[in-house]
Amino acid sequence: MTEDLQFDSAGRLRHLLTIEGLKRQTVTDILDTAESFISVGEREIKKVPLLRGKTVVNMFFEASTRTRTTFEIAAKRLSADVINFNIGASSTNKGETLLDTVNNLEAMHTDLFVVRHINSGAAYLVAKHVPPHVAIVNAGDGRHAHPTQALLDAFTIRHYKKDFTRLKIAIVGDILHSRVARSLIHVLGILGVPEIRVIAPKTLLPMNVEKLGVHAYHNMYEGLEDVDAVVMLRLQRERMLGALIPSEQEYFNLFGLTEEKLGVAKDDAIIMHPGPMNRGLEIDSSVADSERAVILPQVSNGIAVRMAVMAMVMGNQAQAGERKA
Amino acid sequence: MSPEIDAEAILQNLETALQPMLSAKPIMIGIHSGGAWVAEQLHKDLNLPDPLGTLDISFYRDDFTRIGMNPQVKASELPVDVDDQHIILVDDVLHTGRTIRAAMNEIFDYGRPASVTLAVLIERSGHELPIRADVAGQFVELTATQHIKLSRDDAGHLQLVIQETTG
Repeated sequence: MTEDLQFDSAGRLRHLLTIEGLKRQTVTDILDTAESFISVGEREIKKVPLLRGKTVVNMFFEASTRTRTTFEIAAKRLSADVINFNIGASSTNKGETLLDTVNNLEAMHTDLFVVRHINSGAAYLVAKHVPPHVAIVNAGDGRHAHPTQALLDAFTIRHYKKDFTRLKIAIVGDILHSRVARSLIHVLGILGVPEIRVIAPKTLLPMNVEKLGVHAYHNMYEGLEDVDAVVMLRLQRERMLGALIPSEQEYFNLFGLTEEKLGVAKDDAIIMHPGPMNRGLEIDSSVADSERAVILPQVSNGIAVRMAVMAMVMGNQAQAGERKA
Repeated sequence: MSPEIDAEAILQNLETALQPMLSAKPIMIGIHSGGAWVAEQLHKDLNLPDPLGTLDISFYRDDFTRIGMNPQVKASELPVDVDDQHIILVDDVLHTGRTIRAAMNEIFDYGRPASVTLAVLIERSGHELPIRADVAGQFVELTATQHIKLSRDDAGHLQLVIQETTG
């Protein structure tokens, strides 16, 4: 259902809510467009006029620094006006519902909402509710999806590895709570990655994880063998202590990424992390700062990918409006 | 009806017309995709010392709100600083002038050139903006339903064809 809402009758992307249901061509179009936006970020004047006169609202009902900031920079580089709306300073603390908040912001003639919410399905709810000229981009909803993170990860992998159809990629850590992992698994599948592995203790893997088309490992040395890319996930300490892992030290010993464990991966394997990193918990500092780590390029790539997504959904939205007029 | 025009001969005209400008050590920039093909050929034949630049004006189009994002967008590449340089901007066909307006806006986001000269293979009728070519290989009078299209074969030869647009 969520998937259908993402497309117009001609199959064009009008909202980005989840990776599920996207065609390989659509994903490739987004990555190719992002490639062109990279050079915009390297110029003297880092702006293009595509979204001039449009208003983008960053609606973040959950804390975020990197994602919110890169969405903001992306929108500004497209020449849109940006409003940041954070829950701490908002009326939702006074009892206003999500949709009332959306109604009020929409009455200010806004064009695109970037939505992050602690509840799965929040972006979908907003997309179902807004009039046809407004586009929604999901910036993370509960445990469900984080599509732009998955796209920027795919973009980063393509940049270093070129051909998806020959790769072995490992995703390590808290798969259970991770919307990043879920979206990434979907996008890598769509792009034709033949071997996707997840490595985690049993308590941090969802039931029947193999149904997503991945191979599950509980041992780093086995799971990392011969891989081309390692995606580390943040251990969500706040959800973890006491119950799901025995102790942080033991977790690091077993699942923390170290130079030693990395020894079984391909020599040119890249190391990724969506941030924020817990150094010394899921990743050793020496690995995080090594030449193989592409964690900071991921952040820069995130701007270009978010520009591509916003330009694409707004362009398709505009066409829908034009057809009606 | 699809009469063919001798693109190579027109290219020769353009090269001859550009010769006097070479003393200013200009930088050549071609507009994707037809203009880049023409520029590539000119750049080679005229032995220009600086690397060739290419522009994709998709991010600067004035019809974005009508046709949306072009999924085939290519990255613009200007390998040389344009500040205070003399630019020869190259396109295959000058028609409405909208592409050139977009291209000039994009160039100015890279810097402030000393001058911009517009060189096109074909200047055709149908201008919609106060933009004219400084140098054109040939002027062609066409009706609103006629379309002139440049293509390049595998051997790198340029071909021009006039088509009648239907519907």
